[in-house]
Amino acid sequence: MSRWVARGAAALVALSAFPLAWMVVASLAPETRLFDAGGVWRGPFVLDHYRALFDQRDFWVPIRNSFIVAGSTTVFAVALGAACAYALARMRFRGRYALLAFVLAVSMFPQISLVAPLYLLLREAGLINTYPGLVLPYLTFAMPLTIWLLVGYFRQLPADLEEAAAIDGAGRLRTLVEIFAPLAWPGIATTAILTFVYCWNEFLFALSFTLGPERHTVPVAIALFRGQYQVPWGQILAAAVVATAPVVLLVIAFQRRITRGLTAGAVKG
Amino acid sequence: MSASPSERREAWLFVSPAIATIAAVAIIPMAWTVWESLHLHDLRMPWLGRPFVGADNYLEAFGDERFRDAMARTFAFAAASVSLELVIGLIFALAMSHALRARALIRVLVLMAWAVPTVVAALVWRFMFEGPSGVAGSLLAALGVVDAGFSWFVHPVAAWVPILLADAWKMTPFVALLLLAGLESIDPSLYDAARMDGAGAWRQFREITLPLLRPALLVAVLFRALDAFRVFDVIYVMTGGGPGTSTEPISLYTFTTLLQHLRFGYGSALSVLVFLTTFVLALLYIRLVGRNLLEAKP
Repeated sequence: MSRWVARGAAALVALSAFPLAWMVVASLAPETRLFDAGGVWRGPFVLDHYRALFDQRDFWVPIRNSFIVAGSTTVFAVALGAACAYALARMRFRGRYALLAFVLAVSMFPQISLVAPLYLLLREAGLINTYPGLVLPYLTFAMPLTIWLLVGYFRQLPADLEEAAAIDGAGRLRTLVEIFAPLAWPGIATTAILTFVYCWNEFLFALSFTLGPERHTVPVAIALFRGQYQVPWGQILAAAVVATAPVVLLVIAFQRRITRGLTAGAVKG
Repeated sequence: MSASPSERREAWLFVSPAIATIAAVAIIPMAWTVWESLHLHDLRMPWLGRPFVGADNYLEAFGDERFRDAMARTFAFAAASVSLELVIGLIFALAMSHALRARALIRVLVLMAWAVPTVVAALVWRFMFEGPSGVAGSLLAALGVVDAGFSWFVHPVAAWVPILLADAWKMTPFVALLLLAGLESIDPSLYDAARMDGAGAWRQFREITLPLLRPALLVAVLFRALDAFRVFDVIYVMTGGGPGTSTEPISLYTFTTLLQHLRFGYGSALSVLVFLTTFVLALLYIRLVGRNLLEAKP
């Protein structure tokens, strides 16, 4: 049994590593050898596709757009979400369970159900194809996500933290800044990373509410790559590597924390 | 300890900015979708205005073959992908809980697949199945599964294979993480006791692991079913719903109705139907996860 599991796992590890490895190797292959499945591994390796990506296509634009949109959404959602989660996790008041259920329910909204009204709203406000026109829709999933994750983290902190501070005569705000925040910091950072990854990878809203390459985010830009005569696979693969690198590096750097955050929240995939 | 009025006021001060934001960006728009779905609203024909048509859009949807097919397809896709991911995810989780040395490596791989943008996952898998000489396509041809030069994306049934593989590749890691958390909550002394009673590995798995893993399995199934029902990115990038509409899920049909046909009234009715379908699944999920949360009082 355990040997069987080990073998199965080894095969699965190889299978799951292969597509990413193939993506990186093929992105370095000359255009003529892209579909030479046996020969790609042997090289020669060239940076042609990466050069074309940044020289001809100006791929910096979608990268900048993605950083701006994902970054602003994260800052906004974590700031508001932390205050909300603090009250939900550590203060006693009527209605907090109802609020938690409400937040969880909103996180289940199918994105497609919000496309029509958000499009009409943003069009009315002149926000189609702008940064706020993406940040606002992104809050629909980022707010519930941050609140839910942070409630989980804040609950794990010692229960008598605030009471001890209150006995010492510290007010709510001082307790929050001087005692709670330093302890809560790792949870907040993890939440921020997870939120950033979700925003970086988001596709449907970005596709619906942007019009041109000047505001496309990275996933939309890659999905809409077109060549003059054929699909520019070399550049698509290079762009895929570039799009994946930031989030994968983030996740690997913080892997222990993130594993815990993902399963503790168990709310978003 | 009961809440003093001042603590209550403070608490509402803390929660209201976030709750107000959620109301503004999600609740009001959702209500608007319902309202919109009761009207004729075609952006290509602005001179028609936005007259109230009652349930007409819904009646049209029930008579719309493309809608019914998309719905059925989405359910079939959800069932297939969730089963696939559950089986593979369980093997991964078992391996991670046993193989302590390989654990770090597996965790990195799992997290990498999770962090990869869905669009990228879809493109890489499309590349591997593209044309007669994509690496996965030619491998399967060499193994005799299909004829050499088989074109995966022009065949209405075969086109689902790369879609399912890409989706499973991307989402199984998350299922594995959920199940691993469940496995770790099982008391190891149960296995020791079973071993002393002479139970083999398979019996231990069947009589201890599976029953005690049920809550985690249920959460994983519901969670992934919800997600799979909303599938959009993978299919948009891999097939665009084609050939024809043979891989078109309900989200993609709704998206096309809204932003390509510009039929906002009808598209909103489709959105509401998607919403109601997921709502049932979501309620089940909230009851499960929510109850755990309520039990773990601070």
